[in-house]
Amino acid sequence: MTETQQYRVRREPYYQPQAGEVALYQAAYAARLPVMLKWPTGCGKSRFVEYMAWKLDKPLITVACNEDMTASDLVGRYLLDAGGTRWLDGPLTTAARIGAICYLDEIVEARQDTTVVIHPLTDHRRTLPLDKKGELVEAHPDFQLVISYNPGYQSLMKDLKQSTKQRFAAFDFDYPAAALETSIVARETGIDEALAAKLVQVGATARNLKGHVLDEGVSTRLLVYAAKLVKHGVAVRDACRMAMVRPIADDADVRETLDHAIDATFA
Amino acid sequence: MPAVPAIATRDPRIEAWWQALDCGFPQAAEVFAECAQSAAGRLSAIELDAYIEAARFLGRMGRGPEPLLAFLEEWPEVTAEIGAAALAPVMDLVRAMQKSPNSAAITPFLQTLGAVARRLQSLDQLRFYLDVARDLMVRTTTSIHGHQATFASPALPEFFREAPALLGMLSLGGVRNWIEYGIRNHARHPEHQADYFGLRTPDSRAVAQRERHGTLFADVERKLELTLRALWRDSEQLVPYSNAYHELRQIVPYYDKLGLRLPDVLDERNGVNGLDRYRAVLAHMAGHRRWSEAQVADNWSPFQRMAVEFFEDARIDALVMREYPGMARILLALHPRPAEDACDPETTSCLRHRLAMLSRAFLDAGHGYRDPLLLEFAAEFRARLAAGPSSTREIAELALAYVSRSRRPSDQFARIHFDDTEIDYRDDNRQLWQFIEEGDEEAAFDAARTPMPNDEPHGLPPRHYREWDAASGGYQPDWASVYEGLNPPGNARAIDEVLQKHAALAKRLKRLLDMLKPQERTRVRYQEEGSDLDLDIALRSLIDLKCGAHPDPRINFSHRTSGRNISVMLLLDLSESLNQKLPATGQTVLELSREAVALLAWVIECLGDPCAIAGFNSNTRHEVRYYHLKGFSERWGDEVKARLAAMAAGWSTRMGAALRHAGHYLERRQADKRIVLLLTDGEPADIDVEDTSYLRADTRKAVEELAARGITVFCLSLDPRADDYVREIFGRNWQVLDRIERLPEALPQLYLRMTR
Repeated sequence: MTETQQYRVRREPYYQPQAGEVALYQAAYAARLPVMLKWPTGCGKSRFVEYMAWKLDKPLITVACNEDMTASDLVGRYLLDAGGTRWLDGPLTTAARIGAICYLDEIVEARQDTTVVIHPLTDHRRTLPLDKKGELVEAHPDFQLVISYNPGYQSLMKDLKQSTKQRFAAFDFDYPAAALETSIVARETGIDEALAAKLVQVGATARNLKGHVLDEGVSTRLLVYAAKLVKHGVAVRDACRMAMVRPIADDADVRETLDHAIDATFA
Repeated sequence: MPAVPAIATRDPRIEAWWQALDCGFPQAAEVFAECAQSAAGRLSAIELDAYIEAARFLGRMGRGPEPLLAFLEEWPEVTAEIGAAALAPVMDLVRAMQKSPNSAAITPFLQTLGAVARRLQSLDQLRFYLDVARDLMVRTTTSIHGHQATFASPALPEFFREAPALLGMLSLGGVRNWIEYGIRNHARHPEHQADYFGLRTPDSRAVAQRERHGTLFADVERKLELTLRALWRDSEQLVPYSNAYHELRQIVPYYDKLGLRLPDVLDERNGVNGLDRYRAVLAHMAGHRRWSEAQVADNWSPFQRMAVEFFEDARIDALVMREYPGMARILLALHPRPAEDACDPETTSCLRHRLAMLSRAFLDAGHGYRDPLLLEFAAEFRARLAAGPSSTREIAELALAYVSRSRRPSDQFARIHFDDTEIDYRDDNRQLWQFIEEGDEEAAFDAARTPMPNDEPHGLPPRHYREWDAASGGYQPDWASVYEGLNPPGNARAIDEVLQKHAALAKRLKRLLDMLKPQERTRVRYQEEGSDLDLDIALRSLIDLKCGAHPDPRINFSHRTSGRNISVMLLLDLSESLNQKLPATGQTVLELSREAVALLAWVIECLGDPCAIAGFNSNTRHEVRYYHLKGFSERWGDEVKARLAAMAAGWSTRMGAALRHAGHYLERRQADKRIVLLLTDGEPADIDVEDTSYLRADTRKAVEELAARGITVFCLSLDPRADDYVREIFGRNWQVLDRIERLPEALPQLYLRMTR
């Protein structure tokens, strides 16, 4: 089925396991448990899901959640065509039908009443009622729901309902350890390990400020950006400033402190 | 005129000068030979004649021997620093003082001239200094009832006495600003003036501190805290200390259980700016805290301990530079590079010099020293650190070995070589030692202090806010003291009665509220573009289409959220003028305000916006009272009503300080929109301020400061003449209520309009 094919992950994504999460995920998938990923932002959540979909050889449907998303954006809606109305499955329904892994990225960005539609899929029922269409979709045996959830930086207003939270098995990870992150950055971009280690050190200084003046530390993704800029011939300090400091620091004092950290790290 | 006393000299030249001086003071006779001798070594023949001539004038002024003595002693030094050309302008000023009532200031002026010249180092600078002094003299010499220049300036002698210390801290421009401030604020109070110019009052010191050259701790404190946290994962408190007022004993950075102590100002040195010098100090102390462990000191001699400190400091620096290679530039620029032959071991104790060289060699591979013992230990040091961070213990052993191998008899000499051996980013290492036996070796750093009896009034300590001084274009530091407290409770029933009285108005407001009250989420139908298909409408349109009629294209619907996220602080002016009775109703303005506030609080409670209410008044800058009537998280209940009922008015209106304090609370609120709603019946005023434009300008500055922090200030004024100044202060955010009787109605409506 071509529809399924387009959701396949064809090439193996690079993913560096931190602590046995691959085996744990496999077990959760074997039991078809819904999974919640609580990583800091930019540290490999999406990569991990891609990697698992590839490893399990299942299609993957990703939905980036946002505040304007309505339930029908997930479930499906009627559209008009020449002959009348036509039902179009939403991504969640499609995943349930074809047996894909459905990944709802940053689910707290969606409003709480929207996220309730996933409830019947995430308990013993494993069904999705399409009330507008009058259909009850039985989930395909391979279907699994994965959500990512970042409790840190959002405001108090944005949180998952308890009834939603309690439907998931969860992974809770922090930034990768320095050595591991070094190898990730080096492997991802092809810069040498020594430089990658320095970038990680700069990143660590910014992460020390997380929760004080920064809402989030420098993500692995930003480290990779910096490394890529270096790869393209940008001077390493400029690359660090551009990729790691300017995006996260609006406060002049913080910016200056991090600039100093860069100068202190690179002799 | 007494006869010229004889002086004890055999030098005919000096004898001749003494005759030329033509002076009858025996005190002068005692010192003249020595002064003349020293002057003769520094001055040319013509300059010497001018020197003697000037001295002769000073001796014959009729002001006693002191001006002459001071001049005789100080002038050779001034000439050595600046040159003899300085004589003419100096004597001009002396003559000006002599002609004014300020001749008593001549002696202190001449006494400190040598020290001042040492600081200034150029004739132009000296001229500037003289101009500044002359200006001070003219402006502080007062006359009363039209008498010309009758009273001596109280400031001038004090200023001359403090001049060397001031010039050590401030640039000449800074001194001028400090003087300007003093004249402006203390011109009419001679005792205050003397205290100010003698650096004895807090404001005098604070202003001097503000004008200091270099990087002020207060300006970079946040950056330093962030640096400490980001680079060293250390969240210890930073505490400044001041070196400005003790010249002899300079405090070195240190840390103890109360925090890391840093100097309050650092100048640029060796191309390293003040901020980077602070960072070097922080890095070194953070390194100690991370890598050093305390050593038992009892069995080591002072020399051994000094060596251990140098070695351990170098180890810490080396580790800092290993962790952050970029710090090497800063540390090496600050670390002295003693010349190898600077110290003569035959006459002087050279241990410090040797250790400083060694410390340099440990850190800087390009040190260029040739001493074989030094090279051997430098290599050993590097070898020990090659494998890892080593340890304090291990490095102390190396230090002890060095002391025993490099010992010289001259190390015991009292004359110690200090040049280029002080490394000023290092702390005093008091944490490096622990003493098992009590002795006199360790200073009692943490001696228990008996707490002083506290005669401050109970309650929260005051918060100090700066004030904007438009005349100088700068802030007056810590100028207004704000005392805050809960308003004492009264009878809550009174407020309920007020609400009862305005029941009809409340009903009208309620209707407004219902229109305004946000529904979390509203569906907007009949949209051409929307998030979802409105199936009913769509089918109707389809039927229309199939029937050949024109279909309605608006077949979608969308959602709109209309949440409110507003924090509001209602700030009430509670000055004396509120007790005025209104002729129309016989109510006081205070009563009306209370009714209006009660209604508004009820409205805001209905809307669910977090709201705080506070009142303020002031009795000079030393006592700005700030009364909390309702907190943000408090419900509109009996307790709050009781406080509101007891609201009372008195004193004056120092608005800027109150606004800053309100902003201090509002700033911490998480809200899209933060509003201070200020209810006042007049312009800012206080009894210790004569110039009304001063407090206006300060209030405007406070409004600007709050705006910069995302807080909007809106003023509802009850003063019918307010148009003159509210625009100047509040820009566009104000409204004047011409009929005060309408206040209870107008205030809630204003709020609703503002936040719609």
